[in-house]
Amino acid sequence: MGMTMVEKILAKATNQAAVKAGDVLEPRVDMAMSHENGALVINQFSEIYKDTGLDAKVWDPDKIAIIFDHRVPAESSKTAGNQKKIRDFVAKQGIAKFHDIRGDSGGICHQILPEFGYVRPGKVVVGTDSHTTSHGALGAFSFGIGATEMAAVWALGRVLNVEVPGTIKVVCEGKFKRHVAPKDLILHLIGKLTAEGANFKVIEFHGPAIEQMSTSGRQVICNMTVEAGATSGIVPPDQETRRYLQEEAGVKDELDIFGPDADAVYDQAITINVSKLEPQIACPHTVDNVKPIKEVAGIKINQIVIGSCTNGRLDDLAIAAKILKGKKVARQTRMLIFPASTRIYLQALKKGYVTTFMEAGAVVMNSGCGPCLGIHQGALADGDVALATTNRNFKGRMGNPNAEVYLCSPAVAAASAINGVITDPRKGGK
Amino acid sequence: MAKVVFKVGDDVSTDIIYPGRFMATVLPTETPQFAFIDYPEFNAKVKNKEFPPQSIIVGGKNFGCGSSREQAASCLKGPDFVVVARNFSRIFLQNAINLGLKMVICPTIEANEGDELEFSAEQVINKNSGKSFAIEALPKARQVIIDAGGLIPFTRKLLLDTKSSRGI
Ligand code: SF4
Repeated sequence: MGMTMVEKILAKATNQAAVKAGDVLEPRVDMAMSHENGALVINQFSEIYKDTGLDAKVWDPDKIAIIFDHRVPAESSKTAGNQKKIRDFVAKQGIAKFHDIRGDSGGICHQILPEFGYVRPGKVVVGTDSHTTSHGALGAFSFGIGATEMAAVWALGRVLNVEVPGTIKVVCEGKFKRHVAPKDLILHLIGKLTAEGANFKVIEFHGPAIEQMSTSGRQVICNMTVEAGATSGIVPPDQETRRYLQEEAGVKDELDIFGPDADAVYDQAITINVSKLEPQIACPHTVDNVKPIKEVAGIKINQIVIGSCTNGRLDDLAIAAKILKGKKVARQTRMLIFPASTRIYLQALKKGYVTTFMEAGAVVMNSGCGPCLGIHQGALADGDVALATTNRNFKGRMGNPNAEVYLCSPAVAAASAINGVITDPRKGGK
Repeated sequence: MAKVVFKVGDDVSTDIIYPGRFMATVLPTETPQFAFIDYPEFNAKVKNKEFPPQSIIVGGKNFGCGSSREQAASCLKGPDFVVVARNFSRIFLQNAINLGLKMVICPTIEANEGDELEFSAEQVINKNSGKSFAIEALPKARQVIIDAGGLIPFTRKLLLDTKSSRGI
């Protein structure tokens, strides 16, 4: 019996010839990522070792990455205290893959990991963040875990009692039309599957539309698989994966480029023809409340946000800059743009996108999670309506349970900024 | 037997259970004060410790979806709630097991605030309506961790066993 991508990866991570969905394993971990919630992981880690007489040393400091992104620079003394605690721990344990608040190497964890070559095809990646699903874009099995689970990983170097997930195969045919993007594909899929449709499963992406998609687009779709409840998303690695890792991430070592077996067993198969897709909008307050743009066009928007680990990369900013060039953000609307990493920020500066955004009236913020979770930047007022390229629109997201968040692609966000209302980019801003 | 003290709907996300704006608070001893804080009446009672241990929260499907923040589980573990829901999202379920928060998966549960529920191994009995509802088992793979009382004691024991088997 053939194996899916994830079955192959887990077989390797447990030194077995074959595993199948439902097996219970304890896979080795190749990369363990945390952000500011590392403060809680540290707490739970020392709890594990309490009164044991054992030396509380992490299993392998080279396989741990910690990235500050959720609240950078710190919005409160409490956050600053957590960050300080992590800095001390990192120094003590010799964790080198630590990304502090810096203009030359900072950013959102899910962007830093691929950018710095910390993720490779065929590896097992865990992160104390639900969007750790993103790294399936590079052919890794990558999933979110809680802080206590991570503390156990730091101690043991493996994840305990993992049930091999079943896989949903999604075949994407056709070619994207102008102003239709991977974001529209994944929103459409989540609408179809519902918020729990892929709970405990992996979504494996195939088909010509995926083969032609850049790594950035693959990051968008894998990132949001968790919004259908999926354990992870994954794209079989290929030439594009190799190009990204070698040319953009500077990876020099051998890469494991492989696909699933031809006779792999899937729980479900879905085919989507992307040529037929229109821009999609996820409406408040669940990500699976997805509608084609024509049903919501014209809704007034108070705050537009472009950024996040979903759509804050250079190609996203390029699309927005092209639409906003020489135009103005509507007077009643505020527009916030936060590049996913400082490297992307620098590239956007050099390409003139930042100038375009500022001349249009948008505010370009430092790289980090910023308004995505509304903790310390870009929080909404009661009754405010936001349109964002982020990945969640739950009640209370962006800092206020009495506000509404709509989700969209960068093209929709940029066109809507000009009109101050939800606008189909194919019809353009005024 | 215990009382349902709070009932919520489907797809209750961790942004509702424990909003992102309180994420700088991490310690399990401190998180309960922010549990369901956007539901002020319920939250006030949690803060005032008005609920006896094992009081029940009833949820719909996909309880705990969204962020992996463990505060969403620890804030309910502190006051020793039992959560009964139609199903749970993966990461929340795992976090709750790891912290020893009691969960009951009950795909057909019907219960209102104020109802008294009784649990057997296979079913939930609603004493007010007289109806009973089948329980779905928690993931078998994780039973050893549930039995150990959570992932911290489980991992600690594993480390100590390794140490003694190596004769250190
Ligand atoms: S950008 Fe938003 S979704 Fe992404 S890691 Fe940060 S908070 Fe989470």
